[in-house]
Amino acid sequence: MALLRITSPHAHGPLSTSRVMLNVLLATIPGIVVLTYFFGFGTLVNILWGSLVALACESLALKLRGRPLGFYLKDYSALVTATLLCVALPPYSPWWLIAVGIASSILLAKHLYGGLGYNPFNPAMAGYVILLISFPLQMTAWAPPRGVGELPGLLEALQACFIPASFDGTTMATPLDIMKQNNSLLVEDLWQQNPQFGRWAGIGWEWVNLAFLAGGAWLLYQRIFTWHAPVAMLAGLALMAAIFNDGGSSASGGSALFHLLSGATMFGAFFIVTDPVTSAVSVRGRLIYGAMVGILVYIIRVRGNYPDAVAFAILIMNFAAPFIDYYTQPRTYGHQHGEGEK
Amino acid sequence: MRKVFNFHGGIHPPENKLQSVGTPIADAGIPPELIIPLSQHIGAPAEPVVAVGDVVLKGQMIAQPKGFVSVPLHAPTSGTITAIEERQIAHPSGHRAPCMVIASDGQDQWIAHSGCSDYSTLDKAQLLARIRDAGIAGMGGAGFPAAVKLSVREGVKIDTLILNGTECEPYITADDVLMRERAQQIVAGAKILRQLIDPVETLIGVEDNKPEGLAALRQAAQGSDIEIVEFPTKYPSGGEKQLIEILTGKQVPSGGLPSDVGVICQNVGSAVAIYDAVVNGRPLISRVTTVTGAGVSQPQNFDVLIGTPMSYLLDKAGYQADKNRRLIMGGPMMGFTVPSAEVPIVKTTNCVLAPTEKELPTPPPAQACIRCGMCAEVCPASLLPQQMFWFAQGKEFEKLEAHNLFDCIECGACSWVCPSTIPLVQYYRASKAEIVQLRKDNEKSEQSRVRFEARQERLAREDAEKEAKRAARKKAAEERAQQSAAAGGDEDPIQAAIERAKAKKAAQQAGASTENELEKLEKAVVTTRKRLATASGKLQQAKAEGSDLVAALQTGVDKTQAKLEAAEKALHDYQQVNEAAPEHAAPTDAADAAIAKAMAARAAESALSDEEKARANLEKLQQRLEKSITKLAQSRENGDEEKIIVALESTVERLSDKVAQAQQQLQTTEGA
Repeated sequence: MALLRITSPHAHGPLSTSRVMLNVLLATIPGIVVLTYFFGFGTLVNILWGSLVALACESLALKLRGRPLGFYLKDYSALVTATLLCVALPPYSPWWLIAVGIASSILLAKHLYGGLGYNPFNPAMAGYVILLISFPLQMTAWAPPRGVGELPGLLEALQACFIPASFDGTTMATPLDIMKQNNSLLVEDLWQQNPQFGRWAGIGWEWVNLAFLAGGAWLLYQRIFTWHAPVAMLAGLALMAAIFNDGGSSASGGSALFHLLSGATMFGAFFIVTDPVTSAVSVRGRLIYGAMVGILVYIIRVRGNYPDAVAFAILIMNFAAPFIDYYTQPRTYGHQHGEGEK
Repeated sequence: MRKVFNFHGGIHPPENKLQSVGTPIADAGIPPELIIPLSQHIGAPAEPVVAVGDVVLKGQMIAQPKGFVSVPLHAPTSGTITAIEERQIAHPSGHRAPCMVIASDGQDQWIAHSGCSDYSTLDKAQLLARIRDAGIAGMGGAGFPAAVKLSVREGVKIDTLILNGTECEPYITADDVLMRERAQQIVAGAKILRQLIDPVETLIGVEDNKPEGLAALRQAAQGSDIEIVEFPTKYPSGGEKQLIEILTGKQVPSGGLPSDVGVICQNVGSAVAIYDAVVNGRPLISRVTTVTGAGVSQPQNFDVLIGTPMSYLLDKAGYQADKNRRLIMGGPMMGFTVPSAEVPIVKTTNCVLAPTEKELPTPPPAQACIRCGMCAEVCPASLLPQQMFWFAQGKEFEKLEAHNLFDCIECGACSWVCPSTIPLVQYYRASKAEIVQLRKDNEKSEQSRVRFEARQERLAREDAEKEAKRAARKKAAEERAQQSAAAGGDEDPIQAAIERAKAKKAAQQAGASTENELEKLEKAVVTTRKRLATASGKLQQAKAEGSDLVAALQTGVDKTQAKLEAAEKALHDYQQVNEAAPEHAAPTDAADAAIAKAMAARAAESALSDEEKARANLEKLQQRLEKSITKLAQSRENGDEEKIIVALESTVERLSDKVAQAQQQLQTTEGA
């Protein structure tokens, strides 16, 4: 038998792209469990339906592009996109909303740009923003958390998704909405008057965020990504909130802790900002990228028209990532400082 | 405890070193045939100094270095040179290369050799000569001639001498066992090197995964100021640049040498070879090589003769060919696959790795780059491998160079860590080769461009000069035409009438014009004279050079001379006849009468000019005579060859005859 001729290195590390994607999927489990506990089966139904649509869209796109199905499907990237988008969607979303969102993510944001690795924008967030702009009513209808409202059962959740007309669920403003629309009350009073608020942020929300933080910490431990971008984002957001907290007056944007544990903060920090494809690459670049996302999240949450802002902040910074990379090239061994920054 | 520094990036692949350190270094023995490539080092290949059929002794030089960056080769054992031919060698390209083949006689008989146990008596030049003559090329893998590396340029101060015992590649343990078993020789080698380059400090750097080697070195170095430095295991800390950073905190400038930061590095194996060369007078004819991988049943280290076929060595370690699909020379990170097991072990072969498919699986097809950035995290040169990968795919060579592609040390850490199994290093290697090729091509086309432009410029200049001359001539012609036009106004109507009549007459008696005849004769005289002048010039030259053509040229000159005389005579006769002609010829008509009148005037004129001609002729001849006389005088003075002088004498004689003739002629013309 002829000997194989292969160039070095002959050894390979244990990590594979499929493994990375799978780890990300696993790391979302705590967050999804907590979401389901506080808001019912809506998110789970979202994810199941969304994953099916995602696989169909991915297969279609691969077929149209003449790529081998099996090889590309097993990188699990479509499932990651679907899961991330469906976690961000309100529970009990109708099937068509999810389908449109997933199709936008996979077909428009991903495959139109050349598939995995070539997309300039985070597909899940691009799909989310398309939905948010197109269907603002459905996209802002969050269910009340356990203890505040009544949770629909699994059957009702399926009904809400596939026969939306027959579903009559209740919706309620999220703590971020309340904080934004406050025009006369001190934060303390706001807290007392609204049952949605919990110990540090919204009931359920604080635990959901902590769960995503835990999942993110596990990914960090697995060395799937580096700490730079998420920590910079959380620091940027907390810093902005601390500066503009205003001692809890009626003009306050909310405390740092409130912002860290509200909405999609932790989810965004560990599952979206860390998306390697669309973020900056170098260490300094990731710090800048993360910090800018954090600052933008705060600005849009408090001064913008939308209650949550992770998706917008991420998309804006996706634009800036190549620019940041260009100016943050590391100094190569044996070169002078500044030489690489052309 | 010395402070050690960290370097950027690096990886921790499974070490797989334990398999091969269980037993002491074994002697691989003498194979029946040794294949010694002429180029086992960086630089010019060596040049054979023995021929096919020659009997060589162990340690005898069989090939000499060709140029400064080159090393000699020695016979690893005694035997007969059976061939000097192209053989398959261990090279990434898989090419064949010139090799010397020795059939060993099994006697292993040494040539007379002597070392110098007290090397402190040797000066630097003597030490360097011994190292060079022993054929030592860097044994860590690159194979740079040790003597060249150790020839520090004038005025460069080396602060730190580093012996590299890092051996960061997985699987390889050749340096490890060398440190365990031959620590004394390593330290002795270090002392020789220290004497040679006189550094401020001498360090031996070893990773902390070799406690036995470290202990042996520390013991051997006791009492000396050679420092053994232990640092954390991380690939590729054994890279020269990385090791320098670990031990000194300094970075070798891009494109520079370690000596630019006052450092010289040598492998511990090279140190042993240098010790052997200086103290024992033993050239580099064997080395320690690790044979390992799950494809051999007894992985271990061998002391193996250079030129031993890989298959011979593998069999000693219990090679199971059916389990092994690729043979690697070197380690799993930077080693290269060999085309067959028949390639020889060379001076740089630190390891032969025979892995099973399970052990080192064939890489799966590459997936898309997800820009995870792990490659940048592990890059010891702080490059951006993923950006460079994009540029390499798009063949954007300028951007690749701007991203410092040429600072890539091809350690393979980026490929190792890439979750999408993209063969990044392969892209960089290919791009480097393409850029080097492009540079060469550019250089060539630049030269062609310069040459082409110079030619264009020259042609344009010549054209311009020609054009200017043409313009000048044209202008002169126009001026002349204007002048003659202006003169034309005063032209004699009679003359014009004559001309017209002559034209008519000429038409009537086509070709028979007496004038034509006269002109022809005059022309003949002039051309013959010219020919004579050139011929005699040539003759002179030929005589001066002593050419064989002298005789032939002489006849030529004589003939031309005769012709000239005939032509002159013919002209003269014709003129004489013509002078009388008008008297005999009866004018037949008015035109003829006019012609006759004009002709008479011309005859008078030509009679006058004849005398002048004769005078001019005489003057010319006199000049030539004078010249010939001076030449003759010169030749005599210079003591030229007899025949030249004789020839010149005859020339002078002939010319004086001619002058006499011309004088006579002049007198006759004057008389006429």
